[in-house]
Amino acid sequence: MNEMPNLEQASAMTSSKISAKKVQVYYGDKQAIIDVDIEIQPRSVTAFIGPSGCGKSTFLRTINRMNDTIDICRVEGSIKIDGEDIYDAKVDPVQLRAKVGMVFQKPNPFPKSIYDNVAYGPRIHGMARNKSQLDDIVASSLQKAGLWEEVKNRLDEPGTGMSGGQQQRLCIARAIAVSPEVILMDEPCSALDPIATAKVEELIDELRENYTIVIVTHSMQQAARVSQRTAFFHLGVLVEEGSTQDIFTNPKDKRTQDYITGRFG
Amino acid sequence: MTDTTLSPETSPAAAGDAAKPKSLYALDDLTRKRNASEKRFKYYGLGAVLIGLFFLVVLATAIISEGIPAFTRTIVEVEFTLTQEQYDAAEKELFKTKAYEQFFINALQGQLEESGMSVPFDAKAIERIVGKTGGTIREYFKANPGALGAPAAFELAASSRVDGYSNGRVTRETLTDSRFLEKSDLDIVDALVETGIIKTVFNWNFITGADSGVDNPGGAGIGASVVGSFFMMLVVLFLSLPIGVAASIYLEEFAPQNRFTDMIEVNISNLAAVPSIVFGILGLAVFIQFMHLPQSAPLVGGLVLTLMTLPTIIISTRASLKAVPPSIRDAALGVGASKMQSIFHHVLPLAMPGILTGTIIGLAQALGETAPLLLIGMVGFVARGYPDGFITGFIEPNSAMPAQIYTWAARADYAFYEKAWGGIIILLVFLLTMNILAVILRRRFERRW
Repeated sequence: MNEMPNLEQASAMTSSKISAKKVQVYYGDKQAIIDVDIEIQPRSVTAFIGPSGCGKSTFLRTINRMNDTIDICRVEGSIKIDGEDIYDAKVDPVQLRAKVGMVFQKPNPFPKSIYDNVAYGPRIHGMARNKSQLDDIVASSLQKAGLWEEVKNRLDEPGTGMSGGQQQRLCIARAIAVSPEVILMDEPCSALDPIATAKVEELIDELRENYTIVIVTHSMQQAARVSQRTAFFHLGVLVEEGSTQDIFTNPKDKRTQDYITGRFG
Repeated sequence: MTDTTLSPETSPAAAGDAAKPKSLYALDDLTRKRNASEKRFKYYGLGAVLIGLFFLVVLATAIISEGIPAFTRTIVEVEFTLTQEQYDAAEKELFKTKAYEQFFINALQGQLEESGMSVPFDAKAIERIVGKTGGTIREYFKANPGALGAPAAFELAASSRVDGYSNGRVTRETLTDSRFLEKSDLDIVDALVETGIIKTVFNWNFITGADSGVDNPGGAGIGASVVGSFFMMLVVLFLSLPIGVAASIYLEEFAPQNRFTDMIEVNISNLAAVPSIVFGILGLAVFIQFMHLPQSAPLVGGLVLTLMTLPTIIISTRASLKAVPPSIRDAALGVGASKMQSIFHHVLPLAMPGILTGTIIGLAQALGETAPLLLIGMVGFVARGYPDGFITGFIEPNSAMPAQIYTWAARADYAFYEKAWGGIIILLVFLLTMNILAVILRRRFERRW
């Protein structure tokens, strides 16, 4: 399934998975996101880059409505997933988050066993009728996350006892276990060493076959390595969005160029 | 000494060489000062701990030395045989109990002579030592006619002053002759002790029994009020834990931040500082006078103490909910858990050790609370119909340990003072058991990390 050109062609033809129009996000009186329009292609990796405080994480969190948990946060505009507005009054954020999974900056496994970490999502969504089905989901999620060989003999050990990289891959397995369509990753490698980072990046590349992935990263090399498309944010504005190659080799905007050449940020 | 003999190591500054780097071997003034103040502070702390320990030891010694006598009682044990004829003859007498008392005295005399002692005594002296014995003996044989003709052993409680004499509270010097006990009686007591007729045994009645009247300190026990306290603690636990935890979860996780919730928060903190007697009078007005719940009942006591404990539990529960890292909430929400699921599956279990600590502190406070109980009538209680009368439940009149201790301490007879100290030992044991239980529970929850 490594026919990259075909895949890109296919994705260009099909309609986008996520489509944001005129998105504004306010924290109280302060506007954090200004007029963001973006189309995110299915079964691809889109990277959000930009200096700290540019709003890329904030925008990421609007896609699964994690910002709802912040009292003073307000979102305007429309974000559609498969043509459905996720801020519609009929949409339950809990249901949305099962469809749009999330991996956080710091590995945050539950203080439970490895098995229970992965099984938690399927359990609360009633995805398994019996123990053996649940076992299958756990096993396949861990396999997809590339963690199975390392943990298959110690599934009952606490997830918090693993190394940072393993914990982050466990969090990815946990997100995969509820069969999401989109996975949001908020700087998933910022707390990891280079070897663990390489493993997670490899994993992201594999997951692209089945999931739409949006990743926020501070590392431009990482964005270049894992993503097909890149969006550059600055001061709450989406400055430029395009194929990763274009952004890094031939940026249209001066600010993008300054950022990727390390002149600020 | 002259300048020429000063070596650079001993006094680098005096050498006057500004360009010379400072030696790390010599402490400068600021460092020396800082080290000294650090050391001083360490000793202050150590001193504070030692003072605390000293008072703890003094308290423990006082409680134990004063309270131990409450756990022993002095009995007079006499064994004798009553035949059918003797029984019939005694039943024909006009003063029947007098006749039985004579049997007892004869048996006592016999046992004394057997062991070669000879002390002159009369019926009056025996009455002062063990009280009127005839009634007890007669009742025993009336109830068990089969025991006639066989040796029967009688254990009778010695009077309060004899009890005091045997545990050192009463001495020959302090005893003044009275109708309760005369100095000459002590010779008889000494002789009886030597022959083993009077002996000191463990006072089970103190642990299991109920309070007695003011004239019978020997028969007073704390058991009834232990049960009363236990029932109250059950009420407090089962009301204040769910209410307190639910209130904290709402305030911490769901409530919007506005003036109304701010006011609630301030008032919860205020409630924690309200004197307990205020809760007592509130309980009297609301639960007894308005709702007509029975007086002196552990249920009402428990309700009042629940009101008192709630703020403590809410404050500590909120603090421990706050301490759960937000990343755990994010993680749960991220896989599509609802807010309630994230709280009940993840946040609450992690906050459990803290909640338990707060609960146990609240319960311990409630257990030792006396003032509110005075107002709802759980004090000055003498159990009638013991052991069936008091133990039946939440709405039967009862007392509580601290209230019982207060009652005893207020009574005139010095023997009750001993009981009060003994009661405190039981109270502390109860408290310690509760705390140990809490520690065990906490360990179990903490292992989940």
